[in-house]
Amino acid sequence: MWRDAWLIFRKDLMIERRARITLTQIVPTVLLILVVFAFAFDANASLLGAGAGGLYWVALLFGGVLGAKRSFDIEAEGGNLDALRMGGLEPAAVLCGKAAALAVQLAVIGTATVAGLLILYSVTVDDWLLLVVAAVTGTAAFAVCATLYGAMTVGLRSADTLLPLLLIPVAAPVLLAGTRAFDVALGNSADQGWSWTALLAVVLVTYIAVGWAAAGPLLEDA
Amino acid sequence: MPATAAEPDLRSSKNSPSPIAGAAMTGTIATRVLGVVALAAAVVMALLALWVSPPERVQGDAVRFMYLHLPSIWVAYGAFVLTAAASARLLWLSRATSPSGRAERSIRRLDRTAGAASELGVLFTALTLVTGSLWGNLTWGTYWQWDARLTTTVLLFVTYLGYLALRRLPAEPRQRARRAAVMALIAVVNLPIVHYSVNWWRTLHQEASLSLTSDREITGEMYWTLMYSLAAVTVIALWLGVHRYRVLRLEDLAEEDAIAHLLQERRAESADRVRSDESAVTR
Repeated sequence: MWRDAWLIFRKDLMIERRARITLTQIVPTVLLILVVFAFAFDANASLLGAGAGGLYWVALLFGGVLGAKRSFDIEAEGGNLDALRMGGLEPAAVLCGKAAALAVQLAVIGTATVAGLLILYSVTVDDWLLLVVAAVTGTAAFAVCATLYGAMTVGLRSADTLLPLLLIPVAAPVLLAGTRAFDVALGNSADQGWSWTALLAVVLVTYIAVGWAAAGPLLEDA
Repeated sequence: MPATAAEPDLRSSKNSPSPIAGAAMTGTIATRVLGVVALAAAVVMALLALWVSPPERVQGDAVRFMYLHLPSIWVAYGAFVLTAAASARLLWLSRATSPSGRAERSIRRLDRTAGAASELGVLFTALTLVTGSLWGNLTWGTYWQWDARLTTTVLLFVTYLGYLALRRLPAEPRQRARRAAVMALIAVVNLPIVHYSVNWWRTLHQEASLSLTSDREITGEMYWTLMYSLAAVTVIALWLGVHRYRVLRLEDLAEEDAIAHLLQERRAESADRVRSDESAVTR
């Protein structure tokens, strides 16, 4: 199981290393979102600083939708998914490997976004540990959720339009809890930052449990 | 899918009229009684909520929205939980590569239950949003606030609209049912967030009016009217759910009927072709 997951993880990252879609297309798109938000709020520094936590997760959400779509597009082309099934790989291992690879890509996007917030929005970080733990837990939760939805919509003719409609509202728990934890880490709120991070962990465990149970049906039907 | 007494075999309907016509008459005495009870419950609820229950000290008559607003969201919660429970069972039964005929029928029934319950949930969430918006306009002076409870409820609504969109995509029924079931299990995670949002965030929306653990804020006639409204809206939702389930079953039968009809036509065509070939050879 873990060996299969490792194989898929390496395969996806190898494809990404060769194509460089995350670095050359998704990261610039996410940074563009930060710039566009600055235009929308008339470059009001205090307003942008106050909303920086939310903007991070919104940017990651859009980047994640693009990443999840691409992660399964490469499997839909040329019947790769059928080949994986015929190869006897465990469905849970396939999803696990793909989710881990997507989490790594999202981590790259998240790092670029934090750098963008520090430079463009002049935010300061009060609690780096909380920021990193919340970012890692939330990114992992979102990667699992996005992978499940990517598998759910793979091969559908309307997948391009359907995936954001399905994924964005259902990822609301990650967006809400992540934003609250980031607000505390960035010094914008005196809330219980670690409680929100714990909620992110609960959401992550729930998504993993659902993914584990649903991997077989999802990949068999894909 | 193998035929049963409850779900007639459409493939054996060669020379008889479509069984859909017969299946459409599926009303039982119980469901008709339920319909009458639901109608009577709605009338009594209107009387209690509009006349018997007194106006509230601060909100005045605006509080009467509560008798529809609260039961609507409770029914929506119940419907979404039922959707998730049916979906979990469906996924459990569909683990086998080729389920038995009985399991296959159960899967179809669970899929219809999840479909009917989710539609009810969406309907009652919409009703909650509309009544909440009207109530908010009277008490807060605005139809909409970017408040945690309101925003999370809208997200819940959009999540299940997406679920219904997924259900409507053309696909093989078993595949569609399993994909929808996975989504139902993920979507239900949003329910506790909507419910506890008033405790987790500072919101304009009031905290829970009724609680099992603390003293209730509503008492007397208002409390009993609210309890009655909850029961009445639940009965109405049950009645709507039963009928929606039936329509979904009829849609399934119609789909199977159409396939059976097409197969029959193809068989008749090939039989004609064989006959004409044989007569050509004889000549």
